[in-house]
Amino acid sequence: MQPLVATRYDAKYAPRKASHHSAPPHHSAKRVASAPRRDPAPSRIAYRLQRLWLTPFVRTALRVGLPAFVVTFGLGLYLADQERRESIASIYTDLRETVKNRPEFIVKLLAIDGASPDLAEAVRSTLALPLPQSSLDLDLEAARAKIAQLTAVADVNVQVQSGGVLQVSIQEREPAFVWRNGAGTWLIDKTGMRVAEITDRNDRDDLPLVAGEGADKAIAEAQQILTSIGPLSPRLRGLVRMGDRRWDVVLDRNQRILLPVDQPVVALERLIALDQAQDLLARDVVAVDLRLQRRPSLRLAPYSLAEMRRARGIIPAESDL
Amino acid sequence: MKDLYQTQRAMRNIRRAAMQRGVIAILDIGSSKVGCLILRLENASGAREVDGVGSMAGQSSFRVIGAATTRSRGVRLGEIAVMNETESAIRTAVQSAQKMAGVRVDHVIACFSGAEPRSYGLAGDWDLQDSIVTEQDVAQVLASCDVPDVGEGREVLHAQPVNFALDHRSGLGDPRGQIGNRLSCDLHMMTVDAAVVQNLIYCLKRCDLEMAGMASSAYVSGISSLVEDEQELGAACIDLGGGSTGISVFMKKHMIYADSVRMGGDHVTSDISKGLQVPLTTAERIKTKFGGVHATGMDDREMIEIGGDSGDWEKDRRQVSRTEVIGIMRPRVEEILEEARARLDAAGFDHLPSQQIVLTGGASQIPGLDGLAARILGQRVRLGRPLRVQGLPQAATGPAFSSAVGLCLFAANPQDEWWDFDIPTERYPARSLKRAMKWFKENW
Repeated sequence: MQPLVATRYDAKYAPRKASHHSAPPHHSAKRVASAPRRDPAPSRIAYRLQRLWLTPFVRTALRVGLPAFVVTFGLGLYLADQERRESIASIYTDLRETVKNRPEFIVKLLAIDGASPDLAEAVRSTLALPLPQSSLDLDLEAARAKIAQLTAVADVNVQVQSGGVLQVSIQEREPAFVWRNGAGTWLIDKTGMRVAEITDRNDRDDLPLVAGEGADKAIAEAQQILTSIGPLSPRLRGLVRMGDRRWDVVLDRNQRILLPVDQPVVALERLIALDQAQDLLARDVVAVDLRLQRRPSLRLAPYSLAEMRRARGIIPAESDL
Repeated sequence: MKDLYQTQRAMRNIRRAAMQRGVIAILDIGSSKVGCLILRLENASGAREVDGVGSMAGQSSFRVIGAATTRSRGVRLGEIAVMNETESAIRTAVQSAQKMAGVRVDHVIACFSGAEPRSYGLAGDWDLQDSIVTEQDVAQVLASCDVPDVGEGREVLHAQPVNFALDHRSGLGDPRGQIGNRLSCDLHMMTVDAAVVQNLIYCLKRCDLEMAGMASSAYVSGISSLVEDEQELGAACIDLGGGSTGISVFMKKHMIYADSVRMGGDHVTSDISKGLQVPLTTAERIKTKFGGVHATGMDDREMIEIGGDSGDWEKDRRQVSRTEVIGIMRPRVEEILEEARARLDAAGFDHLPSQQIVLTGGASQIPGLDGLAARILGQRVRLGRPLRVQGLPQAATGPAFSSAVGLCLFAANPQDEWWDFDIPTERYPARSLKRAMKWFKENW
């Protein structure tokens, strides 16, 4: 309700606002000259700033570029001091040490599988690991390479197992031949790799004997010859590599079979067939020369030669030959 | 005139640049409101060069992404009266539209209703050099139109070729490539007061906006509120704005006449204000809430508190009946419509095959206006609303926004104007330089 007598405020003297700024009339007597209504229009600065903010380049620069710059700059400023860098580095190393030296990571035992006692000893001395040691410090790859360098080792597997055990699983090379050369007597496997040196051939008289320079490189061929030698094997004394080029089969009674460079196995099989038919090798023959495929030749012992000639009525000239 | 011709050519290039960029602002500077729409043009391949405005003219190619309206300040009779006030109103509208759109706009197409538009029909003839019509021939025939004396301080705002004729074959939209001997054209030219345009350009420049085009609001509201058959068969659009009333006549999809009556809704408001002795804001409120043009017996009993701010009991308790308000409003509305009728008669609107008249604009929302207008303008009167365009907020779909929407269509699919054609060769000062450049290009 309106008061019947309206109190006149200083309405008459109040500054009148511009007509289109004035509020809708209210019938209250409390109408006073309020503060001028805020202009809804943006100031020129606000308008320009908003347009600037809506510019894609500026927007990206402020939203991505500025934080990135602040972070980089602050970090750079912080790390510019040598002492701080060192303290951060030492904190990192300490942390690393703490983790590394935890008992879960300590390797206390070196276990070697699949190796003969001599080889195991050799592996231990080669590795020379100072145990106990943290497994984080172990360089398994290097250890594996070191073990694989041993001649007797064909393959090796190194792994850290739970309970602080460093497990080294070794596959040894298997000796297949005894190889005698000028320097000594060696055991070699079927790929020709040396396994070990022995003092006496009779230590391993279960293995066939090969001799001569380069025999280890042609060991596959020797293997083929040995498998096809068949009935001659009781008489076999060994194989000799001649001139790093071809093989000689040495039988007992110092008989030699000179095999050709190409296809020695075929030549040997033909000789065996000949031997079975005509008992060739049981005769007094010093050597069977199969080097020329077309023309195998025999070398008789000197006495037999003379006897054969005499039987044929050939009178040899008496000479020293 | 040469000056604005150059400005218009420059604006055309700016508009191309804006189309490439894909975002353009629409600014409708009216006497009662300033509206800003921001369009995202979907196909950034530039303006499509088609003749005339189609039914759904280029609407698929743009989308309204920002819209804002603010109360106009400093604009009277559709012309800028106070530069600072108008500038801040434009800033308000542009800023909030930008905020809604989330993009920055640099290019703006503006329309205004004032500046006393006058329309002229020009005709030109040109004998073809060789019998095929080339771009140069079109330029020559446009140049051969003899321009009447438009008066001191007036500029050409629109100059649209509305018809080409080639040897008695009339009604050609695009004569290029056709064979004939004599090319003639009809040009519709619209001039406005140069100072108003300069003020507008300067005002937009102060808002850091680049002007990419200008249009008369009578023209653009015709584009948006006349439907296709009306534009084709002939119709008049009467845009009842705040400060002025725009009239445009369309025929064969071209505007052939435009004029404006310098009266509008604001005058109705001021009549109410004077008649009831109330402030303008109260008068505006009474007009919009209780206004009308037909009084009934019910209106005698409907009393309106008009109040007052004086502190005097008697004055503050005043009441008027709605009939009184209608009695104040009706003569002014009649006067506006009669004035529009007079302009249409003077333009020879009677001779058009179709006499359709469409009322649009904010003041066309007065209840009962269609009945009143039918008495004054003839039976074929309807109230028009703008076309619906994509993305336009519901609040901006009323008849008050027909010029803003029309400006969108105008921006997306502009009509070829005089300055969009080639410059005739002999008027090209850079011709010799161009020839030298050509020689260099060919020989080096």
